[in-house]
Amino acid sequence: MVRRQTLSKLTPYLFLIVPLVIYLVWVIGPMFYTFYLSLTDWDGLIDPHFIGLRNYQRLFKDPVFYTSLENNLKWIASFITVPVVVGLALAMALNHSIPGEKFFKASFYSPLVLSLVVSGLIWSWMYHPANGLINSVLRQVGLDALAKGWLSSENLVMWAIIAVAIWRQAGYVMVLYLAGLQGVDPGLVDASKVDGCNGWQTFRHVIFPLLAPITVIVVVISIIDSLRAFDLVSVMTRGGPYNSSSVLANFMYIEAFNNYKMGYGAAISVILFLISAVFIFIYLYRVLQTEMEY
Amino acid sequence: MTARKFFSSPWRVLGYAVLVVITLLWLVPFITAVLTSLRTNDDIMLRGFLALPKTITINSFVEAWKRGGLSKYLPNSFIITIPSLILTLFLSSLSAYALARFRFTGNRLIFFLYVGGTMLPFQVLMLPVFRLTDALGLYDTYWGLIGIHTAFQLGFCTFLLRNYMRTVPGEILESARIDGCGEFRIWWQIMMPLTLPAIAALATLEFTWIFNDYLWAIVLLRSDALKPVTAGLATLQGQYVMDWTVIVAGALLATVPTVLVFIFLQRYFIEGLTLGATKG
Repeated sequence: MVRRQTLSKLTPYLFLIVPLVIYLVWVIGPMFYTFYLSLTDWDGLIDPHFIGLRNYQRLFKDPVFYTSLENNLKWIASFITVPVVVGLALAMALNHSIPGEKFFKASFYSPLVLSLVVSGLIWSWMYHPANGLINSVLRQVGLDALAKGWLSSENLVMWAIIAVAIWRQAGYVMVLYLAGLQGVDPGLVDASKVDGCNGWQTFRHVIFPLLAPITVIVVVISIIDSLRAFDLVSVMTRGGPYNSSSVLANFMYIEAFNNYKMGYGAAISVILFLISAVFIFIYLYRVLQTEMEY
Repeated sequence: MTARKFFSSPWRVLGYAVLVVITLLWLVPFITAVLTSLRTNDDIMLRGFLALPKTITINSFVEAWKRGGLSKYLPNSFIITIPSLILTLFLSSLSAYALARFRFTGNRLIFFLYVGGTMLPFQVLMLPVFRLTDALGLYDTYWGLIGIHTAFQLGFCTFLLRNYMRTVPGEILESARIDGCGEFRIWWQIMMPLTLPAIAALATLEFTWIFNDYLWAIVLLRSDALKPVTAGLATLQGQYVMDWTVIVAGALLATVPTVLVFIFLQRYFIEGLTLGATKG
């Protein structure tokens, strides 16, 4: 009987052991190891030597670091506004059965299915200065002055890349809000109409507040996605011209794998991690709150 | 609602028109890609993008497939994706069962490790994982990539499956336990069949994610012969710098598998996306 009890106490650990060990070795352990590497002069070949905070001292003097940080902030600012508004508007429009509903929805989901590499390549071609779709159309309608080198201008390039990310993200936000709207009690909406609310008032004072939990998740996910941004930049510009479209993730990759300054790259990832951690904790806190409701 | 009744108000007609225009704008990249891939590069360069094409040809697809290397990159993507997918779903269903169905010390901590890890920027893991694969002799092999995909996706899959498994009524499991069923049999014969809808949704989503990965492929592989299609396309882009028709045709070919998955399993794909965010 005692044996049986200890055995049943062990059961959950038996289920967990293999996946957890894999997870600790490949994900959690490496996370901590990055902190150590950031204090070394590792170049990928010879073993790392401890050099204290020197990588960080260099990093805080590196202008590319500040450009990247600023670009990540631009990305965040765009991501928590444009796709959220567009996605919410689409969800509101497509929450009723309207003719062609499935086609509309599928059209907005579809960018999510493409890899970022594919999206980046197709958009690079649309941005092509001489023969791309965008400039061809602008010239055709006589707006030659607006036909810019979208990916070669230092002022435009970051926004041109963010536009691609927005194109993809809006459908995702729509999916989340559509799911959220399923949980909105139609009785409340009807009640507000009876009380004389117009469509906008009902949305503003009834539906939107009810969607607040989804909005929090959407905003947090958008920020985390912005900090992870890598593929589009890597495929479309590699951070150029003159680092004007560099983001932290891309800056880190180039320093570590193209310049073989792996210790320095680790320091960049630590900063990236510290910024992300704030939002990861907000997210975990939300998860914990829903846990309590069980 | 019938179409006639729907269009009874002029505001609705206007709103609908706006929706149609936005939707068409959203599809422009797809239309552009298809139209480009069917033309020749010379035709576009000489006569402009908006000119009616002189000839329609699938040569760019053939070029991308044969000389561009898509014929080896695409199978590589499957060789990496399928084992990762099976392993991560299998392993996460084990850990999810433990976390969903047992009270024990560390349950919540482990759960939060999984959920928190899901959100990590890959850059934070990149260098140590690169070193790890090197130490294990997995650098520049399929297994290095399979390892990191399996491990990293465990977080999201465990999170989702654990929440789903908690909704299964306890009585079913309890009666099996009283009948003397062992825990592993309960997991495999009772819990797993009940969890299938969630697994289907998850599998669809994870297939797309792993298949579309680019970063790990460029970090953990060096040999061109092993590259999945995402990394392969980046190589193709360097190889055909000026030849956009071939690059775009390659991009379209690379998309076929995930588009097929999406067309046939759209419902699961969307379910997977929403399960992840709204249950959290």
